[in-house]
Amino acid sequence: MDFDLTEEQRLLKESVDGLLTDAYDFDQRRKFMAEKGGWSKAFWGKLAEQGLLGLPFSEEDGGFGAGGVETMIVMEALGKALVLEPYLATVVLGGGFLRHGGSAGQKAAHIPGIIDGSKTFAFAQLEKNSRYDLYDVATTAKKKGDAYVIDGEKFVVLNGETADMLVVTARTKGSQRDHAGVGVFLVPGNASGVVKKGYPTQDGLHGADITFTGVEVGADAAIGDPENGLALIERVVDEARTAICAEAVGAMDESLKATIEYLKTRKQFGVPIGSFQTLQHRAADMFVALEQARSMSMFATMAGDFDDAKERATAVAAAKVQIGKSGKFIGQQSIQLHGGIGMTQEARIGHYFKRLTMIENTFGDTDYHLRRVTESGGLV
Amino acid sequence: MDLAFSKEEMAFREEVRAFFRDNVPPATRQKLQEGRHLSKDEMVTWWRILNKKGWGVSHWPKQYGGTGWTSVQHYIFNEELQMAPAPAPLAFGVSMVGPVIYTFGNEEQKQRYLPRIANVDDWWCQGFSEPGSGSDLASLKTRAERKGDKYIINGQKTWTTLAQYADMIFCLCRTDSTAKKQMGISFIVFSMQSKGVTVRPIQTIDGDFEVNEVFLDDVEVPVENLIGEENKGWDYAKFLLGNERTGIARVGVSKERIRRIKELASKVESGGKPVMEDQGFREKLAAVEIELKALELTQLRVVADEGKHGKGKPNPASSVLKIKGSEIQQATTELLMEVIGPFAAPYDEHGDDGSNEAMDWTAQIAPSYFNNRKVSIYGGSNEIQRNIITKAVLGL
Repeated sequence: MDFDLTEEQRLLKESVDGLLTDAYDFDQRRKFMAEKGGWSKAFWGKLAEQGLLGLPFSEEDGGFGAGGVETMIVMEALGKALVLEPYLATVVLGGGFLRHGGSAGQKAAHIPGIIDGSKTFAFAQLEKNSRYDLYDVATTAKKKGDAYVIDGEKFVVLNGETADMLVVTARTKGSQRDHAGVGVFLVPGNASGVVKKGYPTQDGLHGADITFTGVEVGADAAIGDPENGLALIERVVDEARTAICAEAVGAMDESLKATIEYLKTRKQFGVPIGSFQTLQHRAADMFVALEQARSMSMFATMAGDFDDAKERATAVAAAKVQIGKSGKFIGQQSIQLHGGIGMTQEARIGHYFKRLTMIENTFGDTDYHLRRVTESGGLV
Repeated sequence: MDLAFSKEEMAFREEVRAFFRDNVPPATRQKLQEGRHLSKDEMVTWWRILNKKGWGVSHWPKQYGGTGWTSVQHYIFNEELQMAPAPAPLAFGVSMVGPVIYTFGNEEQKQRYLPRIANVDDWWCQGFSEPGSGSDLASLKTRAERKGDKYIINGQKTWTTLAQYADMIFCLCRTDSTAKKQMGISFIVFSMQSKGVTVRPIQTIDGDFEVNEVFLDDVEVPVENLIGEENKGWDYAKFLLGNERTGIARVGVSKERIRRIKELASKVESGGKPVMEDQGFREKLAAVEIELKALELTQLRVVADEGKHGKGKPNPASSVLKIKGSEIQQATTELLMEVIGPFAAPYDEHGDDGSNEAMDWTAQIAPSYFNNRKVSIYGGSNEIQRNIITKAVLGL
């Protein structure tokens, strides 16, 4: 049992924290947001230069062979700085499908582009009626000779508008809520029949609703078994859930820091408001919520190595519940303790609250994951 | 970063678990599972079994009978003990006065007291709180006046747990009334059989007698019963309270109780099916299990940190353990109440001092729920823990 970082991991943490401190303050973020697509290509290039986009890929694929802990370190740092660039969509999700399900040809075709920063990805999964069930897929992929023809609609696809490649879940057989018959397909973002409607999301990121009409892709577009892709999808989405848990911990950590700073400096009745016990105890409760969340983020990260897929899924679901609760509490109370300033678009604090709120509703909210933990028989 | 215990640690867990399985008297185990109290004899019998094995004072330094275990081994031992379930060693002796004596006492005191603490030849109780001094402990008024080779002690202590069984008390007494309030306090031990000591039981809301008032009227105590230096008692008290850091989460206790909840909820029916099949109930239980898992991980982080950096200053994260640990313990007793529902009502007037063998297993569920309200009050109330976090962690 060991909770310490290795020397290499410590260095990674220092370098990514250092990069963000230098290049990603709140004003800079605002400027990046105003760029085309809502994020900075130049900063993405810096992430590539530092090797961060290649972390989880194996050495034979040109990466660094890093594990879940390294992703946790990076995501936590990205959460602290509220980074806009599509690390989750590209490296964790797109990269995750390639790592866990990609053929040698698919890996060779796409991973180098992710690592050098020339290609970004998006995961098109959510449908109008699917909500959080990954197997609930109405989009179809029909076999036509050697090709597949994809038809359907996907919603709130993170980084969907600017992504070079889309990873699309589509049904090859069965009915909408069957667990079997779901496949995963690589579709170029500019393929004929793909229509994207992009928009900013509440937390300053970008999403897109995407329509697929008779989109034809080759047989080599299928990642893994096109008739039995659910286990792959669950695995990669569990990694994404784990990653956003770490991102949320970073956001909570920074929210609490900013709030403590405000309590120390803001004066009312002639004294810093941090001298009032009501506010002190609220802050102490935020600390408790943060530490519980941090513990569960680590738990989910380490669960990535569990042999038993069910145990892994339950651990990740439990973490998502804790992060959802802690994130909501810390997010809301950060606003409350900042008072009126917390309500302004100009202040940094509200943006953490918004990101935390959107994280709760990504890949299953607190109630959804609580039900999953319940159905698994619990943790004791 | 790795969650897995080492091979040696796993083997150690097996060894400890097997020992508890084979050596905890079955009646003791059952009473604990049912949330009932044990008699004095039952507790002492178990502690002597533990001491004979060499595990009675496991965290003490080796020269005083400790085991030399790592932080992780202590964690495993405590968890297995709580899950067995078996009575924890008597904290007042083993975790409180013992460490004060071997850290600040003289050679004669170590020889005289430590072996008797380990074997529970003396049952110790704690004379800290007073009617006017709870969270503000340093305001205590009990006085010890030096007269020749004796202290004359006058005052009143309260919330003295199981003083009715105690042979010895360690007491914070004011020895200098002119000094600033923390500065004039001394740490003095004496026999509960001393002339002038009167114990009056306090009945708590569960109907039982766990705590007492202790009146001290002209109690004569030899000066050699002073531990450490005169007027330094506050430092020793702080040392003592900070000593028990990770056990306070009582993760094993809550795990054991959750197993019992599941067992009972599978038997008790509501709406024509076991309570355990009720979705609302199951989700409430799962939510507590998740909180408990988070707490367990937080505790492991503190344990790992201790293992790496030694037991220096108390880790302020232990306040998180106290707050969440007590909240979860209380939540589990609440869930047991929900399971039993209307059958929680009958009250057994004989109470439960460990001797009432005829007691129905349902009878202790409500009292246990009532009794567990104490866990967020004692050992530094949860509000005091928040003050500690505020000052020591957040720097407010």
